[in-house]
Amino acid sequence: MITATNITKKFGRITAVSNVSFELADGASLALWGSNGAGKTTLIRCILGVCRFRGRASIGGIDVRRRGRHARALVGYVPQELAFHDDVRLASAMTFFAGLRRATPATAARSLAAVGLTGHERKRVRDLSGGMKQRLALAIALLSDPPLIVLDEPTSNLDAAGRGEVVHTLRALKQAGKTLIFASHRPDEVISLADRVLVLERGHIERDTTPAELWPTEKPVQVVRLHLVMASEADAAETLRRAGHAVHLNGDGLCVAVARDRKAEPISTLARHSIEVRDIEVLDDVRFPEVQP
Amino acid sequence: MTALTATPITAHAAPARSFAGGLAAFARREFRDAIASRWFLLYTVAFTVLAVGVSFLSLSGVGSHGFAGFGRTAAGLLNLIMLVVPLMALTAGAGAIAGERERGTLIYLLAQPVSRTQVILGKYAGLATALVCSLCIGFGVSAGVLAWRTGGVGIASYAMLVAFTALLALAMLSVGVLISVVSRRSAVATGIALFVWLALVFVSDLGLMASSILFRLRVQEIFGLAILNPMQSFKMAVIVNMNASLDVLGPVGAYASFTLGRALPWILAATVAAWAVLPLALATILFARRNSP
Repeated sequence: MITATNITKKFGRITAVSNVSFELADGASLALWGSNGAGKTTLIRCILGVCRFRGRASIGGIDVRRRGRHARALVGYVPQELAFHDDVRLASAMTFFAGLRRATPATAARSLAAVGLTGHERKRVRDLSGGMKQRLALAIALLSDPPLIVLDEPTSNLDAAGRGEVVHTLRALKQAGKTLIFASHRPDEVISLADRVLVLERGHIERDTTPAELWPTEKPVQVVRLHLVMASEADAAETLRRAGHAVHLNGDGLCVAVARDRKAEPISTLARHSIEVRDIEVLDDVRFPEVQP
Repeated sequence: MTALTATPITAHAAPARSFAGGLAAFARREFRDAIASRWFLLYTVAFTVLAVGVSFLSLSGVGSHGFAGFGRTAAGLLNLIMLVVPLMALTAGAGAIAGERERGTLIYLLAQPVSRTQVILGKYAGLATALVCSLCIGFGVSAGVLAWRTGGVGIASYAMLVAFTALLALAMLSVGVLISVVSRRSAVATGIALFVWLALVFVSDLGLMASSILFRLRVQEIFGLAILNPMQSFKMAVIVNMNASLDVLGPVGAYASFTLGRALPWILAATVAAWAVLPLALATILFARRNSP
């Protein structure tokens, strides 16, 4: 159980987070939703106990302010972008974090394998792509097999393929029983991963809701798979997202969540932007399908 | 999508590493980073070349048979040490925390199951080990030259010089880490460290002379003020250790020798040791109480 009670964080006169309270059961997933500056990152830092704040936060009954080290042992943290010494080799970074997290070298190797980074151990952090860095952060977060994974906009710096890989991994973690807290700007991620959504605005909780309630046009929703010319998939995905659609690009077409009575809407949106749709497939599953990396 | 069984979030799920274990992990990483860095190589080579140069100069005046070669070299090295070692230690310490903060890596490190005390003490321990190793290389090569040319005459006072120098390095490193904690940027921290170095090496002597004339300070007051500067304490400790009389320092030295007698070297060493402990303790407290990373 994660408990946050009246968390307030000020930077000088600016209140970044104001009286935020919530509880999250083990195995559940919570999305933090809001515009830039809404307080998502600050709230995550408070929950991790890495900055001073008023109020109380506990992870598994452990107060993050009084016993932060022990509370953080239960958490795997994935930042927006991995910030680590650029000169360090991937194997050396894993050894260091394995040392901090009581993980063995064998566990470190398994974590790397789990995110598909086996064979890259000799590479320096600066030579990794954005997606590889994010997978490294995920591997580090999973080193001690923590029950709670906290992610701060984990896909914001990734391309469509990288996003798909990360979301796929997170879905697997959720299915394995991990508790997730993540900040995101992407409706498709929230729909795909979250049980609950905290909508933050200027540090306050505006709504404590579910993805389906937050995007009512997608309830009841269906997923349509659009087949396009490969080169135009990324542009199409961005166009649809800008139009308010939840989109998933998975290498086998473009999956779009649509209202049941407005299935043609994405096609007309793309037509307005001169993007041709070659084929359309209506999927039965309400949720987004598994992403094939 | 929903997990069959949630992974319970309890303290047993992923216990934190011991305090000493986490500290040692940071110390190892800092040591590895330091010895791989350019500053370490540059300072080590510079100090070694200068120390060997002073050794040869000391020997050249006494012929190849050498008269108290180690003792003479220790005296010759004193001024070199007072210039170079504080500069090495202050600049190394200044980058310790401010550099991590500027790169954005500090927040990621603090999100791991470690306390701020572990981070700062671990970094200090790693840098201190690297600094002492650097000094030992310089002193070691110099000692090799001296032993080859003169045998082991005066080696005890030389060994004490090495010990006092290591203590001075720890003291200045401690001041450097304190500067690093209160500085937002590493460039600012380095600037402040250079200013402190100038103040301790040059300005404090001039200030003491001016104060003694302006305020007609008594000899015991001048001595008290002088040993507040760790460089002066170090210098006096080394001179006393070489069985030389502090009379060379004028009335203040004579007063110290006369009133403190055998306790003098211990008092001087304790003063330098206090400079190693107190700034680090203050840095640890300030770092632990920082509002944000």
